[in-house]
Amino acid sequence: MSHPLLAILRRDIVLLLFGGRRGGATLPLLFFLAVAMLFPFAVGPDPVLLARTGGGVIWVAALLAAILPIDRLVEPDLDQGMFDQWALRGISEEALMGVRILAHWLSFGPPLMLAALPAAALLGLDGEKLRIVEIGLLAGTPGLAALGVMVAALTAGLRGGAALGGLLVIPMAVPLLVFGAGSLAVGGTSGLALCGAASLVLLAIAPFAAGAAVRNGRG
Amino acid sequence: MQGASLKATDLACQRGERLLFRGLSFALAPGEAIQVAGANGIGKSSLIRIIAGLLRPLAGTVECGGTPALLDERPALDPHLPLGNALAFWQRIDGWDDLPLGLLGLKNLLDVPVRYLSTGQKKRAALARMVGQSAPVWLLDEPLNGLDRAAVAMVETLVAQHCDSGGVALVASHQPIALPGDHRIDLAEFTA
Repeated sequence: MSHPLLAILRRDIVLLLFGGRRGGATLPLLFFLAVAMLFPFAVGPDPVLLARTGGGVIWVAALLAAILPIDRLVEPDLDQGMFDQWALRGISEEALMGVRILAHWLSFGPPLMLAALPAAALLGLDGEKLRIVEIGLLAGTPGLAALGVMVAALTAGLRGGAALGGLLVIPMAVPLLVFGAGSLAVGGTSGLALCGAASLVLLAIAPFAAGAAVRNGRG
Repeated sequence: MQGASLKATDLACQRGERLLFRGLSFALAPGEAIQVAGANGIGKSSLIRIIAGLLRPLAGTVECGGTPALLDERPALDPHLPLGNALAFWQRIDGWDDLPLGLLGLKNLLDVPVRYLSTGQKKRAALARMVGQSAPVWLLDEPLNGLDRAAVAMVETLVAQHCDSGGVALVASHQPIALPGDHRIDLAEFTA
């Protein structure tokens, strides 16, 4: 018998990466690349303009891609009674949510960082800018994952929960976006450090908020 | 499964504004089973969830001697996975070696995705999951829904085996079910 949380992490990763219901991690990734591809069509092929705004576009696209899977982060398992079964086995909701944040991040963080390479080429970012974007994504995407799971747990079971979830994530992601994308314009590492700090705060709060949401949703 | 027991004292349950039942007490010693009967909406599922610790009672206490295993209308098996894989997930958590798949009539269904199973087959799959937990306290919420006559007998056999080995079982059902000892409480007697 392996540790229950390891078995659950394995299930979460397989579910979120390969889907089963809605194409897993591929859809957000394609969405991200599509936005990066559309942007030059929309603003025109001016390389200077693209290079100046491209990093910000990658960030906005990453944020939107992180919102896409929100409706399948918590609600399906709630509907199927998985959380009740885990609770009966003495597995805390907080631990479950921590595991889910990790699985969610693995399913979109590293793939986005990879997809940022072709996106950077499409937008004409130079090596230095790309480096800042990649470090920023590494610092910011864990926070986005925590935010996604937290909001998914809070809105699970509500009518129109998915749309509401997307709307709720956006304002709360503003600090990540400001520091992450902002460090492209300013340069230096202070912005990235603050982006990482915002991420850490979200990571620290999210398992407890999400766990409490699931627990209080019972009844 | 030595020392399995279940004791409820003076339970009351309120859902929304409505008081469903009050003053409900019972005690199960090792090897005993009890059927909770009553019409739809009288509070059988709420009682099960209170005993499982998933719902807080308005008043009263529950003493559960041993981990509870719960079977309700949701099978808690991943719908898109073949039944075998969906059960294997719980095997990694509960650590069983073998399930009575033959008895449950599931042997030929292991490669069928859970969402394609019929109502009765899903119920039997959920029973398999619950048996695998090898918990001393069984809480079954309408276990006979969607089952044919042979499967009903099979549920009765499983509960009898469970009680023989010292476990306790609480079965909420509006249908007649043969349980060892023939204990029965009618929730209608405790409605407010």
